[in-house]
Amino acid sequence: MDATQDMTQNVAKRHRLSTRLWHWLNAFVATILLMSGLMIFNAHPHLYWGDFGSREDYAWLQIDDTRTTGFVRIGSVRVETTGVFGLSLGTNDNVRRVAFPGWATIPTGYDLAAARRWHFAFAWAFALGLTAFMLASLFNGHIRKDLHVRRAEWSFSAIWTDIKNHARLRLGPGNGLSNYNIIQKFSYIGVIFLLLPLLILTGITMSPAMNAAWPWLLDLFGGRQSARSLHFIAAFLLALFVVVHLIMVLLSGPINGIRSMITGRPMTVSKPDQGGKLP
Amino acid sequence: MTEDRATLRRRDVLRGVTLGSSALILGGCDAMNENATFRSALRAAEKLNQATHRTLTDRATLAPEFALSDISPVFKTNGSLTGTSTDYLAHLQNNFADWRLRIDGMVANPINIGLEALRAMPARTQITRHDCVEGWSAIAQWQGTPLRLLLQQARLSTRAKYIVFHCADNYGARPYYESIDLIDAFHPQTILAWGMNGETLPVKYGAPVRLRVERQLGYKHAKYVMRIEATDDLSKFHGGKGGYWEDVGDYEYYAGI
Repeated sequence: MDATQDMTQNVAKRHRLSTRLWHWLNAFVATILLMSGLMIFNAHPHLYWGDFGSREDYAWLQIDDTRTTGFVRIGSVRVETTGVFGLSLGTNDNVRRVAFPGWATIPTGYDLAAARRWHFAFAWAFALGLTAFMLASLFNGHIRKDLHVRRAEWSFSAIWTDIKNHARLRLGPGNGLSNYNIIQKFSYIGVIFLLLPLLILTGITMSPAMNAAWPWLLDLFGGRQSARSLHFIAAFLLALFVVVHLIMVLLSGPINGIRSMITGRPMTVSKPDQGGKLP
Repeated sequence: MTEDRATLRRRDVLRGVTLGSSALILGGCDAMNENATFRSALRAAEKLNQATHRTLTDRATLAPEFALSDISPVFKTNGSLTGTSTDYLAHLQNNFADWRLRIDGMVANPINIGLEALRAMPARTQITRHDCVEGWSAIAQWQGTPLRLLLQQARLSTRAKYIVFHCADNYGARPYYESIDLIDAFHPQTILAWGMNGETLPVKYGAPVRLRVERQLGYKHAKYVMRIEATDDLSKFHGGKGGYWEDVGDYEYYAGI
């Protein structure tokens, strides 16, 4: 059945079981990885480009404190962030001189060994989950039918129309060719096929043992400290994607959206400009 | 500080919003973190990581080596900056002229070797990257005696499983020590370094000799090595987990990540 038929029946295609399972597994695992990752970052809140980098070298990003104020410095731009980044209050009102505050990290307190253990265990679920989802999506048609950007969609005016629709919060399936509009497709393709693999590969590149096993990773990312910087940037972009994703869920009918991602039951959708896309 | 705290509290706009929602996740995670069953599950992943690394690398697969031009302008110092034992300080006064490295434990032929004799043995020079568990890296050139040559000379017992490095520095109140398994002990890049960047190894980097075990993190690279002991059981040393940071900070025994 094609999408036009969907519209007339007021019913959109359901999310596949593999999509639903992976969505929730990944939401959980990525949260654990992000929060334990922020604790690991707290052990050395500086980022560098190249093979090496320590407090003796120039960091392009630094989250630090002056004992009384917290700040974030990117290049030569320094912003005071007291209370959130660099210097914050712990649960007992104790002043903590850490880059990311306790409410954002796993564990809450400073514990590099524990954070590493969480991170390197859940990383397996992250990598294997993504691989399984990619394979399932390849064979069940999710990639071909839903994510594949069709020739007709590669049109500047169509993309511009979709951008205008998003800007006006008219969120819908778009051109009637598939369930996802073009901006959704670009976002999902970017996250699934670029951002998540980038996170996994830059993570592996930070392991000295894996550098011996797969030295080409160092060449690919320009050295261990560059890989560490890219890992952090990719994590930031993923967090940004999740924020936008959640806003879109709220704007496009959260009850329907969340229900369909849990049960997979077809959800009723109305005309595109009244919302009802798959978030 | 009271006023600072008040300021902090006022500025902490995100706190009220996030505390409620994250308290559930975090409270749960912190409780999980203290749960013995959960901790042993996470430890199982550590074993999986080690097994995966050992499958993907041959015993002799080398860590990447770099060019002279890649060396860090300043190699960050870390941990102890000198040995602290009375013995060590006396040797330091004497420029290590009477210092002897002892290799014993489960070996048929225990060795006592001085610094000059050690330097006269076949040596390996390598420019490698040192990665701290905290996340920073520094590159230097290391020159030293391959550990495997010493273990062969000492005729290591076939029952031995680990090589323990006893150090001359106390870190905090406890003596530093480390250990590695035989795969790493016989790795071609595993050396007892006595030279750094073309000079005699400086005291702050571990003189007279320090361990280099290039496929693992910095805390494995014991400095101020005084005695090397072969064993089949790590539980009898200090905290029993095979190394200072493993005992004190609960860091992984296998430090390949």
